[in-house]
Amino acid sequence: MFVNFWEDVVEYGPGFLAATVVVLGVTIASILVSWVCGLLGALGKQSRFAPIRGVASFYVWFIRGTPTLVQVFIVYFGMPQIGIKLSPVVAGIIALGVSSGAYVAETIRAGLSAIPKGQFESSLALGMTRQGMMIRIILPQVLRIILPSLTNEAISAVKNTSLLSTITVVELTLFAQLMIATTFRPFDFYIAAALIYLVITSVLSQLSAFFERRYARFS
Amino acid sequence: MTQAAHCDTGASAQPMLSVNGLRKSYGQLEVLKGISLSVREGEVISVIGASGSGKSTFLRCLNLMETPSAGHLEFENFSLDFESGARRQPTSRQLCELRTRIGMVFQSYNLWPHKTVLENVIEAPIHVRKMSRREAIEQAEGLLGRIGLYEKRGSYPSKLSGGQQQRVAIARALAMSPKVMLFDEVTSALDPELVGEVLSLMSSLAAEGMTMLIVTHEMAFARDVGTRTLFFDQGVVAEDGPPAEIIGNPRSDRLRQFLRRVVHDPAQLGPSA
Repeated sequence: MFVNFWEDVVEYGPGFLAATVVVLGVTIASILVSWVCGLLGALGKQSRFAPIRGVASFYVWFIRGTPTLVQVFIVYFGMPQIGIKLSPVVAGIIALGVSSGAYVAETIRAGLSAIPKGQFESSLALGMTRQGMMIRIILPQVLRIILPSLTNEAISAVKNTSLLSTITVVELTLFAQLMIATTFRPFDFYIAAALIYLVITSVLSQLSAFFERRYARFS
Repeated sequence: MTQAAHCDTGASAQPMLSVNGLRKSYGQLEVLKGISLSVREGEVISVIGASGSGKSTFLRCLNLMETPSAGHLEFENFSLDFESGARRQPTSRQLCELRTRIGMVFQSYNLWPHKTVLENVIEAPIHVRKMSRREAIEQAEGLLGRIGLYEKRGSYPSKLSGGQQQRVAIARALAMSPKVMLFDEVTSALDPELVGEVLSLMSSLAAEGMTMLIVTHEMAFARDVGTRTLFFDQGVVAEDGPPAEIIGNPRSDRLRQFLRRVVHDPAQLGPSA
């Protein structure tokens, strides 16, 4: 194995690179979706209106209680039956984003509950609207608290892109499988894919450590 | 401290803030049992009473941090009626507007830890009062200079002592140019040696004619700073009058008992000079 390493790099490198770009693109898009869903979920759970609380609770309960793979299948294979047909990549981004969003929602909720009551009171006492208070005072503090958890969630998002190999998105895992089908070298190709995942997740961890150091100056 | 005499002359006859029959209940527990009070411009009112007597709740009802269960509140162009069970609540716009006119400082300072001292002070003027950033910074630097913390404008609150943080919190409230300032036990969380700097800042505000309501456990301060003292007892204003008379010469048994419990050295509260 790896006998002709440089030959392999020349032959399969461009394919791996393209697959890596797909992984990165899907990861970034699904993380953005998950933050929106997570924020809505967390705020929804604290809403004064019972129906909104109900929807938010159901969302978190359903997602956390079902396998992500099944959720991907529901969006890609299930939705067309009710008239919503999405391309594999779009379906994958939505499924992974909405799925991860439920975990982000719980993280944000925990972060919110860690903010002292006085922070809300002093903001409101100065005449801020609830919205202004959340955006300018509370959420920036929540973000600092939950950054480590968000990084973990982002790392999961990278790894979960491999689930999309089951719905024909040619990301790293499916690309490796396709190559294996013709070369019969499963060890080489799966190890290569694993190493690329490892590089991406390691960079993310470093990024998070950098942010934590930056935020440490006012704590 | 000789501000009391000075303040008396600053007080005008017009009530600027008044409440009538103010009540507040939490479930079965009635914390305020009908408070009526008129505050004239320039009055400095110290509010004393045991824990649980309702004095903090009363203060918090004045800027609607708590919504009263019943009663009437009159302030500037606001005339608000509260009824128990009624769905009629002040709109959130009314709440915001009223709170920009009535400043409040809390026991635990509540500075925003992710913002510098200067950013804490300019935040609300810029984003609530829509002041220009330059104007807000100019004003804030003036206020910080006044409280002796201009050099700390770039520091984060965690680098400041409790007394410094509380002075910044006062500056932050003053930056909104409020008509009335509410102080809710602002020295209770401070180390004893830091209490003085905060009290003297409040004294100088009083001397300038700021209308203030001060909930405090510092009896000597309550006596000296104010033009008027309220003694809260079990949800009502049990005594109301000039500080020297109320504190120096308590009439009711309840007040005598209370003063005995909070003042360890009764000599310091003899009739003030």
